[in-house]
Amino acid sequence: MLSLVVFLPVLAAIVLAAMPRITDAAARWIWLVVTLLDLVLVVGMWLAYRDPGAGNLAFEEQLPWIPNVGSTYHLGVDGLSLPLVALTSLIFVVCAVFALRHTDRPRSQAALFLFLQTSSLGVFAAQDLILFFVFFDLSIVGMYFVIAGWGHGNAARSALKFFLYTFLGSLALLVGFIGLYLGSAAKTFDMALLAASPPFGDEPVIGGLVLAAVFIGLAIKTPTFPFHTWLPPAHTDAPAIGSVVLASIMLKMGTYGFVRIAMPLLPDAWREWAWLIVVIGIISVLYGALVALAQTDVKRMIAYTSVNHMGYVILAVGAAGVVTDSAAQAREVAITGAVVQMVSHGLITGALFLLAGVLFDRTGSYDIGSYGGLAAPAPRYAAFFAVAAFASLGLPGFSGFIAEFQIFAGSIGPVPWTALALPGILITAALFLRALQRMLTGETRGLSRGFRDLDRWEILAIATLLLLAVIIGIVPRFLLDVVEPASSVVVDLVSR
Amino acid sequence: MNMQRDTLALLPEILVLTGAVIVLLSGSFLPRDQQVVTRFLAIAALLLAAGAAAIGMTAPAMTIFEGGLAVDVATGAVRIIIPLATILVLALGAEELAGSPRESETYSLLMLSALGAIAMAGANDLLVLAAGYLLASVPLYALVGMSRSPGAAEAALKTYLIGALMGIALLLGVTILFGIGGSTSYSELRSTLGTAPPAAVLAGILGVMAGLMFKAGGVPGHFWVPDATQASGTAVAAFLTSIPKLGALVAAYRFFELLPRGAEPGAVDWPLLVAILATASMTLGNLAAFWQTDVRRLLGWSTVSQVGYLLLPVAVAGNADLALPSLLLYLAGYTASNITAFAVIAALPTRRSIEDYRGASAAHPWLAGALLVSLLGLVGTPPTAVFVGKLTTFTAAWDGGLAWLVVVAAINTVASLFYYLRWLAPMFARGKTDVRAPAPRHPAASRAAVVGAIAVLIIGIAAGPVLAAFGMPLSG
Repeated sequence: MLSLVVFLPVLAAIVLAAMPRITDAAARWIWLVVTLLDLVLVVGMWLAYRDPGAGNLAFEEQLPWIPNVGSTYHLGVDGLSLPLVALTSLIFVVCAVFALRHTDRPRSQAALFLFLQTSSLGVFAAQDLILFFVFFDLSIVGMYFVIAGWGHGNAARSALKFFLYTFLGSLALLVGFIGLYLGSAAKTFDMALLAASPPFGDEPVIGGLVLAAVFIGLAIKTPTFPFHTWLPPAHTDAPAIGSVVLASIMLKMGTYGFVRIAMPLLPDAWREWAWLIVVIGIISVLYGALVALAQTDVKRMIAYTSVNHMGYVILAVGAAGVVTDSAAQAREVAITGAVVQMVSHGLITGALFLLAGVLFDRTGSYDIGSYGGLAAPAPRYAAFFAVAAFASLGLPGFSGFIAEFQIFAGSIGPVPWTALALPGILITAALFLRALQRMLTGETRGLSRGFRDLDRWEILAIATLLLLAVIIGIVPRFLLDVVEPASSVVVDLVSR
Repeated sequence: MNMQRDTLALLPEILVLTGAVIVLLSGSFLPRDQQVVTRFLAIAALLLAAGAAAIGMTAPAMTIFEGGLAVDVATGAVRIIIPLATILVLALGAEELAGSPRESETYSLLMLSALGAIAMAGANDLLVLAAGYLLASVPLYALVGMSRSPGAAEAALKTYLIGALMGIALLLGVTILFGIGGSTSYSELRSTLGTAPPAAVLAGILGVMAGLMFKAGGVPGHFWVPDATQASGTAVAAFLTSIPKLGALVAAYRFFELLPRGAEPGAVDWPLLVAILATASMTLGNLAAFWQTDVRRLLGWSTVSQVGYLLLPVAVAGNADLALPSLLLYLAGYTASNITAFAVIAALPTRRSIEDYRGASAAHPWLAGALLVSLLGLVGTPPTAVFVGKLTTFTAAWDGGLAWLVVVAAINTVASLFYYLRWLAPMFARGKTDVRAPAPRHPAASRAAVVGAIAVLIIGIAAGPVLAAFGMPLSG
């Protein structure tokens, strides 16, 4: 079942790539149908999902793969990965909807995105470090071709920078994984076995170095300060749906890696260095917000708010490693908040990048100052942009509020100085309000004149994402019920 | 000594040699337009040899001819990979060599050089190693010079001079080791070198290593590689950047495996020596490849850097369980990836610089796919063969106590991505379409490229069984 979910898209991709006679229109619809089919399967999985309990997985599959190095084909989901699997299949449906009008080589684009979908789903479903790495690396290759092939501006250069930088991260990750393998008593790459008896319990120096390798690998992907410099150019020059996949899904591979790999597999080193991780989180929050405030390019601004939003996740997972006497409950809340933040950021930032893509589609410019009074010619666009911006700045009623509230509620208790990151929320609010004011309100001028409003496919794509953000914001239980048991498992594992 | 058993164990080598002789003789009698028959003869002989080697792998490990040659998993693997790789080389060179003035001679020389590489890999005696070195090298000098361009003449001369120099160093090393160890046989040196003076052992090691690094094309014997790759024919270039490496690196593994190591008496720090050579090869190869504009020269330097990664398991020979299987797997994956890249070049012979490849993916989607697989395969992107090769060689090196070398290799891998992308990116770029007049089609080379790319993927995905098959100890 899980293998089918993961590999269905790539099978369709192979068919699309190998048959040049498929027409453009057919390719677009095949893409949409396959992603919808995959989403239906994932929804079915969600409905059938029962919490598997500590150390167990739902929909587990395991086959021998490379026995010489103790690596198996091992898939499975739990409360940490299921929400991200669901997010991934939803985001790819939205991308397929949004791309229904695209005319630039639709067949190749569909094949590439379906390939990317398989590699993204595989990252979240993999329960073996090598398998995780395989999918992780393939997603980088896929995204490189998305940016280089369908990007604009200085796409080739941005794509190269993206590839080199994240490839560096993935190799750091690989070195860390090899360290975990060699340190383990059982000589295995299996995450469950490694979590059951974590290596380097009595070798803090090597454990710290291995954590450093894993951390750098994941931090580049996330990205956190100071490893974020690849992100703004990649986002700016990527096509709209490429940016959506990059922000909504690929950044989560980094943060997901922290809760899935770094914390449970290296608990001792994680506790020892938790303070540093919290510091990096706080810096990312504040730095991302401040730099976003200074941007004049709307897409760069959104990109930097991603650094800010991912900073909250880093802060939460770091705070969860600071073990104090009676704070297990609080740390669980922090981890839950971190997972919800991943989903929430995926939905809201996805919508924002689609909206930014509409700007470029209409006028070819992301410059905030070139617009003004957009609300008059494009009321629907303005409404959606305002809603997405408010969701992103963490207004109650949206998923972002649930996430950030939990993160701070869970972090400030054990680590009071995480309150230093609170101004980040304020700055984000300020920058979004300023952007709204400059672009949407006032007299219609500059590029806003004659701006064509959203069409129905764009509305469908954007509204789906924002609607789900609102649902999670108002009735979050369906999500929290899945995440909370898994968070408590992670907290138990890291406090050993 | 059991003459009959030993001769039977040598069947693959005999088949290759017989094939080479038959190809040469029949080529002398066949008219120019029927020389193609010799290619089929060569392919048949190589296929038979690979088949015989595969059957031979089921037999237990042993040494034959009074310990002169080892017939074990490493020999078996090389005896399968080299004939198959040579067949791929013959296929990719079909259009290039067909009707050329020296067609059958080229096939014959390729087979003889392949035989020399096989002999090096199986050598369990320093003198056999030296003989294998000569047999692998001498045909290569002729092959490099065969294309008769001014560049080829220079490259052949350079290859010959460096080869002769390094060959003398090899013989010197062999002499020293014979003098202090009292024998050239690995099984006897294993016990006698422990009591020999370490300085003399080190001198012997340096000599032998110099010879092997010439054949592998690694620092310090790498100077001929880029010139020869650029100037010789495509098939010859594909051959000389892949097949000799197989022989030289397995020979290096065998040689270092017998030396005393670690805390054993008489041990010299040869892992450090190999690690330094590995670092130098990968770093120099990468730096030199960075700004190359000629794709052959770029690949030539890339093979120098690949030798660096391939030396990782050699540096921990005998110290890590994974060392030998990872070396053999990496060699198989590297050979397939590298030859695939050359097959793409052979299929598009009018394109020589990176810029010539701009937009080529639109006209040649299959070749573009093959190039993508082979170049990302050389980087070590999953799920290709070299990915598992890098994973296991890194693991082996760290397991053997060379964690720093793993970090160096990882950084070099990132650096290598840059120049492979410099070639790949224009190929998939939009915009400028192919304005050239359609070049003559090269179906055989194109098929070789696709077959090679599929092999790269299959070895990568089915790495588990492959590694398990390579997971046996050496003989002796």
